[in-house]
Amino acid sequence: MTPNRTVEQIPNQIRIPWNTAISLSWTGLKRRLFRSMITITGVVLAIAFLAYMTINESIVGALVGLNDPVLNASLQRHGVDVFSAGSLDQMLQLLIGLALLTSTVGILNAMLMSVTERIKEIGTLKCLGASDPFIIKAYLIESTMQGSVGSFLGVMGGTLVAVGVNLGNYHGYVFQVFPWAPVGRAMTGAFLCGIVITVVAAIAPAWTAARKQPVEALRIDE
Amino acid sequence: MVSLDEREIVIRAIDVERYYYGDGDTVTKALDGISLDIYKGEYLSIMGPSGSGKSTLFNMIGGIDSPTKGMVFIDEIDVAQLDSYELAWMRCHKIGYIFQSYNILPVLTALENVTLPMFFAGQSPDEARDKGAEILKHVGLGDRIFHRPFELSGGQQQRVAVARALANDPVIILADEPTANLDVKTGQEMIELLHDLKEERHITIISATHDMKMLDVSDRILWIRDGKVHRLKERSELDIQVGHMDEEV
Repeated sequence: MTPNRTVEQIPNQIRIPWNTAISLSWTGLKRRLFRSMITITGVVLAIAFLAYMTINESIVGALVGLNDPVLNASLQRHGVDVFSAGSLDQMLQLLIGLALLTSTVGILNAMLMSVTERIKEIGTLKCLGASDPFIIKAYLIESTMQGSVGSFLGVMGGTLVAVGVNLGNYHGYVFQVFPWAPVGRAMTGAFLCGIVITVVAAIAPAWTAARKQPVEALRIDE
Repeated sequence: MVSLDEREIVIRAIDVERYYYGDGDTVTKALDGISLDIYKGEYLSIMGPSGSGKSTLFNMIGGIDSPTKGMVFIDEIDVAQLDSYELAWMRCHKIGYIFQSYNILPVLTALENVTLPMFFAGQSPDEARDKGAEILKHVGLGDRIFHRPFELSGGQQQRVAVARALANDPVIILADEPTANLDVKTGQEMIELLHDLKEERHITIISATHDMKMLDVSDRILWIRDGKVHRLKERSELDIQVGHMDEEV
């Protein structure tokens, strides 16, 4: 025995298996479907609201641009200020911001709870040789998946409602001037925004999870 | 037989102390100056009442906790010098863990559980799958490789855990009360399996246990009391005094 043998022979980095992280996150999501559904619902609602607001403004803005007297009367009946329509006023921006913030906090809470729930699993993974970045990666992948599903559903829902409401109010006019490009941009923006808030909300929980010591796996009993 | 002193040392603990700091100035000494050599290929059972420091010592020599004072060498590597990457590497390659409550990942099949450490070690999926299936066959689960934990009995789950511990050909297997959740017969089978692994693969088996059955297969038995080595005996010395064992554990 030569205790002076140094640690140089240990490679500094473990190759981090992406596939493993993805399949672990995916199976974990499926197993905790109920918890995931709650998290996803939060994203769906916030993103649907965001998508609805922005798309509605685009459509109304395009309609105002037509400057048709009959349509203008109808717009005014529905409470649209025909002189300033087309851009979100500050109150609405604040509302949207609040909705996104609430949703972020909700996701953060759900993810933190899931870390506590899974201390033993995390500890076991670390005993098996999982590095800290692997654990972070697994959590971020999981939240990206939730964020994508939630944002997709939210964008679809918000778009359908916005288009539906405007069709109901202004009928054929909507098709005459449908603002494809702005609506597309609004949909993409809302989708990306959903993923960003989910991932941002997952950073702190992922970090907490990665810092857990493997000794926890032995200490905690079922 | 080679005398113990000539055998290769796989774990060496030198004056290990471990304190836990409570509120204010209270300090609990979980380990109070333990020095211990563990030899390659031996079966060591660690016994001791709860609160004796048994688990703390066990975690220390398993590289999952570090001493407040003193040094622990695992396979000639000073554990205290390792950063988190290197510790992960060591746990992955040198040590196989078996837990009291199995700790099989419930979302994965038996085979996926066994191949997981291989992926951490950077093996390709094909290699891992073949090797995982072979190890599962070796522990007697050849026909259960695609089963999920809830479809397996406690004994079978613990076999999956043994297979998983073997995944990266470890030097040491650490088993924390591996038979505590098993009935007598399954527990006996588990002990025999661990014993066979020691014999066939020359893996060092270290087990924290309350299980008397375990003493039959152990090469040495270590009793911990009040954070100190209370006794350390070879099994041959112990056989004579079986009648007194109960009061010691």
